[in-house]
Amino acid sequence: MSGFTGFVLRRVVGVLITLLAISVIIYVVFYVTPGNVAQITCGPRCSPAQVQQVADQLRLDDPLYVRYWHFLEGLVAGQDYSTGTAVQHCPAPCLGLSYQSDQQVTQLILTKLPVSLSLVFGSMVIWLILGVGTGVLSAWRRGRLTERVLTGITLVGVATPVFVIGLVLMIVVCGELELLPFPQYVKLTDDPEQWAWNLLLPWLSLALIEAAAFARLTRSSMLETLAEDHIRTFRAYGVGERSVIWRHALRGAFAPVIALNANNVGSAVGGAVLTETLFGLPGIGRELVHAVDVVDLPVVVGMVLVVGFFVVIANALADVLYAVADRRVVLA
Amino acid sequence: MGLVEVTGLTVGFGELRAVDGLSFRLARGAALALVGESGSGKSTVASALLGLHRGTGAYVGGSVVVAGTDVQEASDDELRRLRGARAAMVFQDPLSSLDPYYAIGDQIAEVYRVHTRASRRAARARAVEVLDRVGIPDAVRRSRSRPHEFSGGMRQRALIAMALACEPDLLIADEPTTALDVTVQAQILDLLHTLREETGMGLLLVTHDVGVAAGSVDEILVMRHGRVVEHGPVATVLGAPAHPYTRELLGAVPRVDAPRVDVSGGKVLGVDVSGAAAAGSASSVGVSGALPLTAKDTPPVAATGEVVLEAVGLRREFGRGKRAFAAVDDVSLTVHRGETLGIVGESGSGKTTLGRMLVGLLEPTAGRISPGGGVRPDVQMVFQDPVSSLNPRRSVGESIADPLRARGERDEGGIRERVRELLERVGLEGAHYDRYPHEFSGGQRQRVGIARALAADPRVIVCDEPVSALDVTTQAQVVALLGELRRELGLALVFVAHDLAVVRQVSDRVAVMRGGRIVEYGPVDEVYESPRNPYTRQLLAAVPALDPAVAAARRATRRAARQQLAAV
Repeated sequence: MSGFTGFVLRRVVGVLITLLAISVIIYVVFYVTPGNVAQITCGPRCSPAQVQQVADQLRLDDPLYVRYWHFLEGLVAGQDYSTGTAVQHCPAPCLGLSYQSDQQVTQLILTKLPVSLSLVFGSMVIWLILGVGTGVLSAWRRGRLTERVLTGITLVGVATPVFVIGLVLMIVVCGELELLPFPQYVKLTDDPEQWAWNLLLPWLSLALIEAAAFARLTRSSMLETLAEDHIRTFRAYGVGERSVIWRHALRGAFAPVIALNANNVGSAVGGAVLTETLFGLPGIGRELVHAVDVVDLPVVVGMVLVVGFFVVIANALADVLYAVADRRVVLA
Repeated sequence: MGLVEVTGLTVGFGELRAVDGLSFRLARGAALALVGESGSGKSTVASALLGLHRGTGAYVGGSVVVAGTDVQEASDDELRRLRGARAAMVFQDPLSSLDPYYAIGDQIAEVYRVHTRASRRAARARAVEVLDRVGIPDAVRRSRSRPHEFSGGMRQRALIAMALACEPDLLIADEPTTALDVTVQAQILDLLHTLREETGMGLLLVTHDVGVAAGSVDEILVMRHGRVVEHGPVATVLGAPAHPYTRELLGAVPRVDAPRVDVSGGKVLGVDVSGAAAAGSASSVGVSGALPLTAKDTPPVAATGEVVLEAVGLRREFGRGKRAFAAVDDVSLTVHRGETLGIVGESGSGKTTLGRMLVGLLEPTAGRISPGGGVRPDVQMVFQDPVSSLNPRRSVGESIADPLRARGERDEGGIRERVRELLERVGLEGAHYDRYPHEFSGGQRQRVGIARALAADPRVIVCDEPVSALDVTTQAQVVALLGELRRELGLALVFVAHDLAVVRQVSDRVAVMRGGRIVEYGPVDEVYESPRNPYTRQLLAAVPALDPAVAAARRATRRAARQQLAAV
């Protein structure tokens, strides 16, 4: 298994390098924006003294690379911010201070992250079951009525915006049928049952759209696998169709599904803005949009980094899963 | 009641009738070969025996009874009980025919459990048993390997093991050795033979290779366009073919045991030495082997003609550091004007790498080629696969004109005229300029490839397996064309191939490669008649013979050699 361990190690190194590259780009892009960075960061209502304090804390007099190095240092070791009279300690991983909301960026993200992760991972379970199931079924029943109906539904799913599905779900389930109360975020640690009930509709509306993409992908890669020689072998040996489909054909469709899933989970952590907004979930996506809106630079940098982190980690994880599913990958 | 009774079998795919009113019968324990070129419908028949066309939209007519099951009338469940249990199939490409994601032992066990009520553990034990039976060493451990961890021959053994798992009455082998090297092919055919002797199962062998059929079966059925051309005992059909097509087919098969001759009046194999001599370019190819032993043993070949290509101490490595290996290692050779140098070897011998270096597609790690320097316009290449080596989106005329344009030719009228000439030169029509590759047959596409190689007025053409993708009759025509070009244009050919018989038919000198080195070289008849190197002898012994009696004798020799080896 040394080949496999080596493969995982290489992936980890790759992740670190990618993250470093992302951080450089984000940092440079945001802090080289035109205009007075201290003024922008501090917000429009800041007094000149406050702006000067921000400029000091951001070390705007230092060259860019020194500032970046300092930023990395804060990430690894934490940082102290002096306000002249008092010292505020920002523990590692420190992503800086949000002067506009008067919070540490790390703290801000930590309050939003569980919401986004709850939404995305819960939804993922649903979209995988729904999407892969539909895909398998429509590959199996190719050319029959079942497939046409399923293809139609997934087409509608791909084409419908999340706010339409979400709104319809809310109106029907909460408004008309009154099966559920209108969703309101409850922490998993406070009340797991309420957490799940309240997230059910957001999960569904995000999952329905994602599931459509997975259904199409699963269907096409299943059909590809079904046309391969080894499927013919098992049919020629009297292995039943059920076994051929679930054991052999689906296995071949795993790899692309894993890859797409990693990509979608990673980007949904910061990108499920519409769902979060619609259901009033205080997640990363909404906060990011807000931060961009008011140009809260430290928050934007921190959040983009965290989202990037999730995308990269998810993809690296996918590569490893990929290799577990198909050992030939390790050799390549 | 025979093991297989096929009456008036007709299989149609839309408009196309792949099999048309075919009837034959196979007795219990007997062996029959379906022989034919591509498109003859032989594989379709094999699939029909297991009812594999069911549900594909193909039209199947007539009656097929296999091991007491009426394949046409049987229910899906009855058909499943036939497949794998009483009639098992071995496919051509053993890598793609096994599921890449599961261990080989698990795949065999799965098939076994479908047909028996065996427990998981018992099925796994059965898998190990049959793997051991087909000669997989250390079967317990190897049964946990996935297909890509097996060599080509081992994969084919594994597929045969799968077929044996349920002790079928009939084994259907569809081109079981086509993807394999000649020595491995001999091993697999010997294995099938032994298994048949021991288990008494019937064999239906589907093959394009008459030689493979000759040594393995009792009866041959020659097919063409979905119909029976000739059917009879193997010795009769091959020894005294009654039908003209059978005669043509046999005539086109290159013989490894016969010196270069013109078959059917010089039309098919027009590669005669006298032509080259008459053209005033009598010459030879000198090849110095890498092994000092052979180099000393063999007197240097006298080189007379002008040297058009010389390679000295060629070496090519792939990979870096610990994983580096030399695909070609210290190979020296010279090619003279008007000469054909055959380079023969099994897969992995480095012959293709060598060919690519000669053309300049690959830079040697060490050694030199003269005339040297990058891609040499005077050395051109003809590739193995005429389908993938032509751009499907460009007309063949455009493809052939590429080397002219690369040379700086700008006059469109002149280019067209030259391409027209080249097309006619290779036996196509000048009007084919604007046609696309898919409009041509395999043999015609290879002619296009040859025309493209000729466009740059080369002095040497390196042909990398130029005929291995072609049917035997087409193969003979392309070989004849190459010989004709060599004679008329004074070209030198480097003919890289795995097929010993074809190499013998076309070459003046031959170099036998193994593990990146040349193990034997010399005038072709000398090497084939009295090989010095044990590896060359082994290769030649593995070539299937067309005469069943000779095939049986060779099998006995191989068996004795194996037993001797086992006894040591």
